[in-house]
Amino acid sequence: MGTNLLFVPGNNPAMVQNAGILGADTVIFDLEDAVSGEQKDAARKLLKMALESITYEGCETSVRINAMDTPYWEMDLKIVAEAGIDGLIIPKAEHGKDIERISDILDTIPGADGVFLIPLVESALGVENVYGIASSSKRVRGVFFGAEDYTADIGAVRTKGGEEILWARGRIVNGAAAAGVEAIDTPFTDVEDIEGLKKDTLFAKALGFDGKASVSPRHCGLIREIFYPGDEEIRYAIRVIDTVKEAEKTGKGVASMDGRMIDKPIVLRALKVLRAAGIKEDFRYE
Amino acid sequence: MNKIRKSLRTAIIDSGIKNGMTVSFHHHLRNGDFVMNMVMDEIANLGISNIRIAASSFFPVHGKLVRHIKTGTITSLDCNYMTGPLAEAVTNGMIDKPVMFRTHGGRPRAILEGSLKIDVAFIAAPSSDEMGNLNGVRGSSSCGSIGYTMADAQMAGKVIAVTDNLVAYPNGPVSIDETNVDYVVVVDSIGDPAGIVSGTTKVTRDPVGHVIARHAADVIEASGLLKDGISFQTGAGGASLATAHYLREKMVSGGIKGSFGMGGITGFFVDMLEDGLFEKLIDVQCFDLEAVRSIRENPNHLEVSASHYANPSAKSCAVDSLDVVVLGATEIDTDFNVNVLTDSSGNIMGGSGGHSDTARGAKLTIIVANLLRARLPIVVDRVTTKVTPGETVDVLVTERGIAVNPARVELMKSLKEKGLPVKNIVELKEMAEKMAGKPRKVAFTDRVIGIVEYRNGEIIDKVYQAVKE
Repeated sequence: MGTNLLFVPGNNPAMVQNAGILGADTVIFDLEDAVSGEQKDAARKLLKMALESITYEGCETSVRINAMDTPYWEMDLKIVAEAGIDGLIIPKAEHGKDIERISDILDTIPGADGVFLIPLVESALGVENVYGIASSSKRVRGVFFGAEDYTADIGAVRTKGGEEILWARGRIVNGAAAAGVEAIDTPFTDVEDIEGLKKDTLFAKALGFDGKASVSPRHCGLIREIFYPGDEEIRYAIRVIDTVKEAEKTGKGVASMDGRMIDKPIVLRALKVLRAAGIKEDFRYE
Repeated sequence: MNKIRKSLRTAIIDSGIKNGMTVSFHHHLRNGDFVMNMVMDEIANLGISNIRIAASSFFPVHGKLVRHIKTGTITSLDCNYMTGPLAEAVTNGMIDKPVMFRTHGGRPRAILEGSLKIDVAFIAAPSSDEMGNLNGVRGSSSCGSIGYTMADAQMAGKVIAVTDNLVAYPNGPVSIDETNVDYVVVVDSIGDPAGIVSGTTKVTRDPVGHVIARHAADVIEASGLLKDGISFQTGAGGASLATAHYLREKMVSGGIKGSFGMGGITGFFVDMLEDGLFEKLIDVQCFDLEAVRSIRENPNHLEVSASHYANPSAKSCAVDSLDVVVLGATEIDTDFNVNVLTDSSGNIMGGSGGHSDTARGAKLTIIVANLLRARLPIVVDRVTTKVTPGETVDVLVTERGIAVNPARVELMKSLKEKGLPVKNIVELKEMAEKMAGKPRKVAFTDRVIGIVEYRNGEIIDKVYQAVKE
């Protein structure tokens, strides 16, 4: 999925056209909050045409469809999945069964086999149910925390320090890890405050998040810089995986490297590094 | 000797302007200029006709001249850049003689060698004394450098300074001295400060412009020119100024100190001078108030003439010492020829200015442009109007890739080694056409409305009138 996800209004032709070159690993075309009711149809058509005619080279495409308690989401899903999308962001995710339902619909759409899902957990109930949501479908690649709606739901005041979302962030990371999927942090909404973004992103990484969303292209570079593993880290991760693969091939029970045993946490960490670096690795630790 | 004339009318009469003569103006007051319109109104009132105007540039404010074209007062135009209603009038074929489009360096070459003969030069002067010692750095209409008018002052048959700020003799600093000035006229105002310079020129917020600018700065770094002593010029708009922003970051982080910045100077370059990132600024024109303040106060901010800036016939000129220039384009073709004069429909909307001068002089010429402008691909098979020859352009940087002139083998190798997204220019063209479609070709008539003179005097293209739909 990558380390930084960028929201792009689904009804802005210039932004839609150029979304692929703004430095995001995953673009989120927004059909929900960024698009008013009377513009939903036009935005869907715009996205359909864009997905069918523009090559978003070097980044994944996803669409935040409308929530499942609205009359829009099924049409959103059908049109963008048929047009060819890499993933869907499901807002207001509160129950695993809703994600299953979307997964089932995708199963019926030709060419949508590989479409991944990222439930957006943004309510008290969603945070409570995060593990169930994260483990609801094989299509789920990650869980995305939405702090703005969440703080409104619990009645807290949203602050830059983020003390009010600390517990929820921890629970999201934990639920995602338990389900074996990625945890994506909420956007930092002050576009001008780059120092604040840096602090918030470093903190999110320290908590265990795998990436962070943003609402401005100006934030993409810094988020990527923070989450993207360094060259040394990537080289180390490749060596780890090569070593365990070699141990498997030669029938060695235990792999070791530089005189140290390579156990499961080290392998999982290496896989996470490679994933964050966008390096495809099919190795599965048994 | 009394050089003061009580009115423009008197000065015009005393200068001896007659039918068929050439009068000249500079464009340092940009879209705030009052002088060209005032002078031409008086010339028209005197019943003089068949006048050629040789102005360094025309701005929208000069749209008022259209009425003098209709009456035959003005019959010919000569400039380096043209935009606004006058450009529309030329596009629509209102003026019989083709407009001569020169470059900022080509114009003083032509004036100094005598191929552009000026009978009377009118110099809008933000500050003058009674003998005609002039500068642009003091007074309510300050514009900073007045470098574009220096060749006019030197060579015109008569020189009339028009000022709204008469100061005691001797005026200082002296940009144009009294030895070249015949008359001084005091008027209420020579210009509108709001149109002369902007408050401050800010780096664009357009995210696509920033993508292009980051790539352009990476190209400069990969070229090997980003080192102590680097000299640099860029435009004031869009991705060009944003490139300066990223270059600045690289200079700061690398502890690199440049020799000079040149241009069209903005507050952004002034900050780089004051922060020690450049030793000097070479300034032929100020774009904002910060630049005006700096050129007034800082001896390392140098005012130069257009000839010193870019005259190809001079013993040397500043563009020849330039390492890197970042320029825009309305079109670029697959041979790297650049159009900055007409849009893709054949409408006149600009001109070379210093584009082809700096492209020829600089060691590295980078064109920055959106691959798609609105719905139109910027890369075309053949530019509508050739202004800057492709042989002088090294790199095109777009948001979707970087194309290197195939003649620059080493540069292409360096950019590829640095992992920059290098693509063939034809590939970029096809990418744009895949997204936006191939535009229908505009049809042109046989009527020539403009002549494009390269900086050395060679005619390199003609502007034809488009067929009206």
